[in-house]
Amino acid sequence: MRRKNRMELTFLSQSVNESFARITVAAFISQLNPTMDELADIKTVISEAVTNCIIHGYENREDGIVSIVAEIEGESVMIEISDRGRGIENLELARQPMYTSKPELERSGMGFTIMENFMDECTVTSTPHEGTKVVLRKHFSLSEELLN
Amino acid sequence: MSLQVETKRIGQVLCVQLIGELDHHTAPIVRDVIETEMNKSATLHILINMKRLTFMDSSGIGMILGRYKQLLQKGGKMAISDIPANIYRVLEMSGLFKIILIADSEQQAISRLEVES
Ligand SMILES: Nc1ncnc2c1ncn2[C@@H]1O[C@H](COP(=O)(O)OP(=O)(O)O)[C@@H](O)[C@H]1O
Ligand SMILES: [Mg+2]
Repeated sequence: MRRKNRMELTFLSQSVNESFARITVAAFISQLNPTMDELADIKTVISEAVTNCIIHGYENREDGIVSIVAEIEGESVMIEISDRGRGIENLELARQPMYTSKPELERSGMGFTIMENFMDECTVTSTPHEGTKVVLRKHFSLSEELLN
Repeated sequence: MSLQVETKRIGQVLCVQLIGELDHHTAPIVRDVIETEMNKSATLHILINMKRLTFMDSSGIGMILGRYKQLLQKGGKMAISDIPANIYRVLEMSGLFKIILIADSEQQAISRLEVES
């Protein structure tokens, strides 16, 4: 039988919620019995995507809404992180390693590169003035014990 | 607070121990502590000890690069020691290892910073 599960989370665009978001999603994914490394990577990518919503999407306004949906289907995880902020004009440029539109905030421009490398798939859709959605996917190899 | 910063001085090196999680929310704490300490006296180099750092994302990379650039202007060097595996993967991706000295222990980092200066 293919296991199916789903969670949703919405919270205000405040930096204090970055750790809340990554810990919550990691806890949800724990049911797939991931390795410590896999769990650490999940926390990192959630942190990257949520931080982007806050800094770039809402430009540090604290009253924006950040949404996360996570779905488990069998051994695969899909995580969608979205905001209704300013959006991205040039997606190709934004995804370049080391590109940042906010160097004055000591950004490294490595967020998308980390999401792409730590996950199997990273899809970004964005509409200027409407918002941005990042969809991340990863396959986990379940231990025998959990499959039975 | 989810990040604690402890500092000490050994010779010309400012040793910064990070305890907890380094992200966009906590990076300014580290930046402020380091800037205050650097202004207090003539420290030349910075060592960041990551032994007790449990999480770091690209906001940490940005903060480290920011301090590195300030050090460069003064002719100082930067080192990182005791990097946990999960953080190693993040640092590796950023290309930081090409410009920053990496050491297994604080002691090793300090002797290398002092020898090479
Ligand atoms: N949610 C978002 N809303 C608007 N712009 C974004 C969003 N996420 C990313 N961006 C744009 O993409 C660029 C690259 O993002 P990233 O790789 O995470 O680097 P950084 O956050 O360090 O700037 C950002 O500088 C920003 O211009
Ligand atoms: Mg980012």
